[in-house]
Amino acid sequence: MKSPSVKRPRPRSPRRPRKLWQLRLYVAGQTPKSLAAFSNLKQICENHLKGRYGIEVVDLLEQPHLSKGDQILAIPTLVRKLPQPVRKIIGDLSDTERVLIGLDLQAAG
Amino acid sequence: MKNNGSNHSHPIACLPKCPTGIHGLDEITGGGVPRGRPTLVCGGAGCGKTLFAMEFLVRGAQQFGEPGVFMSFEETDGELKSNVASLGFDLAGLVRRKKIVLDFVYIERSEIQETGEYDLEGLFVRLNHAIDSVGAKRVVLDTLEALFAGLPNEAILRAELRRLFRWLKEKGVTAVITAERGREQLTRHGLEEYVSDCVILLDHRVHDQIATRHLRVVKYRGALHGTNEFPFLIGEDGLSVLPITSLGLNQKVSNERISTGIPRLDAMLGKRGFFRGSSILLTGTPGTGKTSVAASFAQAAAQRGDRVLFFSFEESPNQIIRNMGSIGLNLEPLVQRGRLRFHAARPTLCGLEMHLATMFKEIAAFQPTVVIVDPITSLLTAGTDYETKGMVTRLIDFLKAGQITSLFTSLTHGGHALQQSEIAMSSLMDAWLLLQDFEGNGERNRMLYVLKARGMAHSNQVREFLISDRGIDLVDAYIGPSGVLTGASRVAQAAREKAEDLAGQQEAARRKRELQHKRTILEQQIAGLRAEYETEEVDLRRMDEQAGTRTRVLTAERTELARLRQADTIKVAGRAPTEPKLEIQR
Repeated sequence: MKSPSVKRPRPRSPRRPRKLWQLRLYVAGQTPKSLAAFSNLKQICENHLKGRYGIEVVDLLEQPHLSKGDQILAIPTLVRKLPQPVRKIIGDLSDTERVLIGLDLQAAG
Repeated sequence: MKNNGSNHSHPIACLPKCPTGIHGLDEITGGGVPRGRPTLVCGGAGCGKTLFAMEFLVRGAQQFGEPGVFMSFEETDGELKSNVASLGFDLAGLVRRKKIVLDFVYIERSEIQETGEYDLEGLFVRLNHAIDSVGAKRVVLDTLEALFAGLPNEAILRAELRRLFRWLKEKGVTAVITAERGREQLTRHGLEEYVSDCVILLDHRVHDQIATRHLRVVKYRGALHGTNEFPFLIGEDGLSVLPITSLGLNQKVSNERISTGIPRLDAMLGKRGFFRGSSILLTGTPGTGKTSVAASFAQAAAQRGDRVLFFSFEESPNQIIRNMGSIGLNLEPLVQRGRLRFHAARPTLCGLEMHLATMFKEIAAFQPTVVIVDPITSLLTAGTDYETKGMVTRLIDFLKAGQITSLFTSLTHGGHALQQSEIAMSSLMDAWLLLQDFEGNGERNRMLYVLKARGMAHSNQVREFLISDRGIDLVDAYIGPSGVLTGASRVAQAAREKAEDLAGQQEAARRKRELQHKRTILEQQIAGLRAEYETEEVDLRRMDEQAGTRTRVLTAERTELARLRQADTIKVAGRAPTEPKLEIQR
């Protein structure tokens, strides 16, 4: 597993204590879209989930068998593993508003 | 009907083909779907698209050594396995042996949020991974159109589909893509514009309360193909398409003859009975003895050592055995020895296609050399004329290919025993016997005649057909100025002829005696005449002698007289006796 670039378990936020966000980003190689998605995601997480999130990046070119588990079709796809329920967001995450809706983070914004 | 599509090679190299292994389809398409290209299979709900695709994969893995990938967008792996288990496909086993990969793609639009640019590389990666994991040569995408429901951006989707089909071609896999039938176009989302090599349309229509499936090759780039709609059925061993028009007529034929079990009938058929492997039609109105003739044939065949499979659509096996016992046919021991097997089913039990599928299965299991279907007309009611003809053709061809002699009885209604639907069927048959009723003089009698018998000299006579407790026998029918005489009339006619015959004999004897008498009289007359003649003859001779004597005496006297007168020698005139001459010379 190409290890997550960023994994920062950080507890004790005054607003949302003990809520850890686990995100997984599926990409296929270092395409412009993948890179854009990753930077967009990081930006959003830093703004809204600082210290409460972990991002795992999965490159399907290296680990194609993982595509089945999360039913990945589109690239890039962001999967919110935690908190439940699982949500999927496809695209390069350039539309921040929709990403927040998709992640159910709007309230926090 | 076997699937050796690659044998159909044409002199000019054309599109290489990939045999599907589906009965009949490879014949229509001249060898299968285009190899290394996608084929679109479209049709409405429940017309057999998924099954078509699955059979393509399973046959490929089992018969042609080509592993496959089934990517399903609608049914889960477990569902697929149990769905096709009823067709005898061991999908789970094939998956275990790494011949087939099942991949269920789940798309739920409500779970997907779209944010910006994306592509379907995930699907490509996934498919690629599945293909590489088993070295797949065949790929099924069922049903790709689910993507249209799952992904909101149609522009991206279309671009990606175009890329997908190109990618599949580059990958060199033979793909079958299923799609829902659309209203105005072949598919709901116009997939046919991407898949341009081969399009097959499946259809499920109800006509007169009878549902029939049809298959049509709409398009097949670069290849000849049957353009008709072909009925197909989903049987216990998968799909089979019935290409009536393309079935080759090249069965092996046998010169062996087999008895009908009725000696006089054999005599009518060139003295030796039917050809082995021929198909025989026996038509008749109700109660003309069709089943009895069929049972006689069955008994004779089974006793000779043939294996006989008897499909009964009217009577139960026990009923047939009991009824045939009454005419001296003892079928029970043959059943016990395993020579004769009955398969009875109500015609209304299921549709025509199911009946045929069951029959094929029974035939494959029992391996008979003689098959009897009593009556075939029960099956004919289960479909339209055209379809049933196709089905029956297929059955007959199947039997002929296996050198199985088949006898079909056919029930006809009303006065004329032939006509109607048998006309269509009879052209497929090698021999046709007709059983008919003749009513007259207060009785009803059975008649039999051979309407046709290909390849043998056969009697054109109508025979009366008797069923007694010793079996079936045929007798000559009298055909006189007043028509055909049967039954009591025939017996009366026979008696009359016998009496006439006797009278004739007596007359002849009398005339002979008379003649004899005449001859005797004549001979007596001749004897009388001869006696008379002889008497006259004697008289005549005596007179002659007397005359001679007198002449001699006279001559002597004359000579004496002359001597006394010293006369010259005198000439003796007339018929003078020699004696006088001698006298003179002396």
